[in-house]
Amino acid sequence: MGLNEKPLSTLHEKASYDLADFEVPTGREEAWRFTPLARLKGLHNGKAAPSGQVVTQVYTPEGVRAEWVGRDDERIGKAYVPADRVSAQAYNGFEKALVVTVSQEAAPEGAITVEVKGNGGEGAAYGHIVVVVEPMAQATVVVQHEGTAVYADNVEFVVGDGATLKVVSLQDWADDAVHVSHHHAQLAKDATFRSFVVTLGGDLVRLSPSVSYTGPGGDADLSGVYFVDAGQHLEHRLLVDHSQPNCKSNVDYRGALQGEKAHAVWIGDVIIRVAAEGTDTYELNRNLILTDGARADSVPNLEILTGEVAGAGHASTSGRLDDEHIFYLQARGIPFDEARRLVIRGFLGQLIEKIQVEELRERVMNAVEAELAR
Amino acid sequence: MSTLEIRDLKVAVEDKEILRGVNLTVKAGETHAIMGPNGSGKSTLAYAIAGHPKYTITGGEVLLDGVDLLELSVDERARAGLFLAMQYPVEVPGVSVSNFLRSAVTSVRGEAPKLREFAKDLKSGMDALSIDSAFAQRNLNEGFSGGEKKRHEILQLELLKPKIAVLDETDSGLDVDALRVVSEGINRFRASGETGVLLITHYTRILRYVKPDFVHVFAAGRVVEEGGPELADKLEAEGYEQYTKASA
Repeated sequence: MGLNEKPLSTLHEKASYDLADFEVPTGREEAWRFTPLARLKGLHNGKAAPSGQVVTQVYTPEGVRAEWVGRDDERIGKAYVPADRVSAQAYNGFEKALVVTVSQEAAPEGAITVEVKGNGGEGAAYGHIVVVVEPMAQATVVVQHEGTAVYADNVEFVVGDGATLKVVSLQDWADDAVHVSHHHAQLAKDATFRSFVVTLGGDLVRLSPSVSYTGPGGDADLSGVYFVDAGQHLEHRLLVDHSQPNCKSNVDYRGALQGEKAHAVWIGDVIIRVAAEGTDTYELNRNLILTDGARADSVPNLEILTGEVAGAGHASTSGRLDDEHIFYLQARGIPFDEARRLVIRGFLGQLIEKIQVEELRERVMNAVEAELAR
Repeated sequence: MSTLEIRDLKVAVEDKEILRGVNLTVKAGETHAIMGPNGSGKSTLAYAIAGHPKYTITGGEVLLDGVDLLELSVDERARAGLFLAMQYPVEVPGVSVSNFLRSAVTSVRGEAPKLREFAKDLKSGMDALSIDSAFAQRNLNEGFSGGEKKRHEILQLELLKPKIAVLDETDSGLDVDALRVVSEGINRFRASGETGVLLITHYTRILRYVKPDFVHVFAAGRVVEEGGPELADKLEAEGYEQYTKASA
């Protein structure tokens, strides 16, 4: 098959605001085959009553505008169109959306913090957040999730020409929470996007970060750390859609799993479309399986539709702790449990080091420490 | 005064017998060189004493001051006063040298060293071995050259102050300058006369810097000849051929 006859991408071809365009998943679909649908508590089949209690609060530094707007606000849904059934359900279910705007060339000091807190109760809740970083502006956003909830939401990050947005999203839910979320970043010309995802808590978390480009020169770096305990299902589904020339993307997700039925899923899809010449992309997923009974599914997927890429690669590894690492530390007198902690902390810590805000880095490190101490 | 006694030690790897009854006693103040051809079981002896899980003890005892090390876990052996400088120290991603050293020192001493004191000890230890101070922030052994790894092993030796040090081919892969620096570190360690050294080497080169009191020749999993430093000179001149023939 010649270069010109390459098929269009078959990944993520469906997108619609209309719930009726998506059939109720059965679990046989490629997009749903890893997710235990029965534990979604009706988010996927319309059976969840919209009576859940989730409170979202936003804290903004000076120079940042935050508004709660109605469903008809024209800024909603501009960067992202729901790509699956639960996303469409969330899109049709929220009452007010949070729109945060960082004005052109602004560089607010300190992070914009969005706290999403589940207060339990029966039924599901839906949310929608839009963050607009206007041209040449730079901002840091922290989204933190906690408490008990059945929650589905969509988050749109609109990064303007030459703008920089750093996002840390922390999923530190209570043990019984269910969270299905899409985080979409749309990068304009020469925009920079840094995403750091930390998923620790929740019965089932399915987070789908995606990136698209509307101009050349965009640069996206997506990192993630997860720690899966017994019984947890933590799923991350990444999609980087290179449709513009000379853009970069780098994905690095690492997780540790321990306990019976601890289940991690990582899907890393990258599409390099015909126009996206000069693309430079790499994606990596590494899993550290600490006990029997834990399982990691890791599926990188690179679809290249152009002949002119600067670099494209992916790697996925899942393995046990290295006996030689443990032996070396133990041979210096360090007891087994501590040696194990040091090695795991090192494995995840290398990524956590990338968080540039010191206070956040420490918080994430402490959260991981707390997981290790359990 | 400490004593390491190895009595009739037999060790197998995956059902293959490697050590066939090794007897050796190292007392404080003594330096013993174990020399032998490749594959004679020298490294197996080192790793078996330290407790590497790959090696199965099929017989014998290893006593440190009367305590059977073989009954202890790897970290307990280290805390009992045994140190193994490894031939190929493993790279541990994400664990910094300073973090690792502080954890090791804390474990071996049974209490955390005072931060300022530790920083001072670390600095002078690194200076003595010509290790750049930026090393402390690097990941353990990651991207270290062969010489840097060996110097780092000796730095640990000097910081942890064990009773008995087993040095497994610490001289391999070192240029003359690095060999001198590393040898000086070993000599500082043994200067007190209260520590014992078991120095495993293929070549006699390091023995010109670290003078042994006893030399043991290893072949086919046991000690086949013993003597004083003069035995090393004989090996230098004649090689191992006579021993490999005899054991074949």
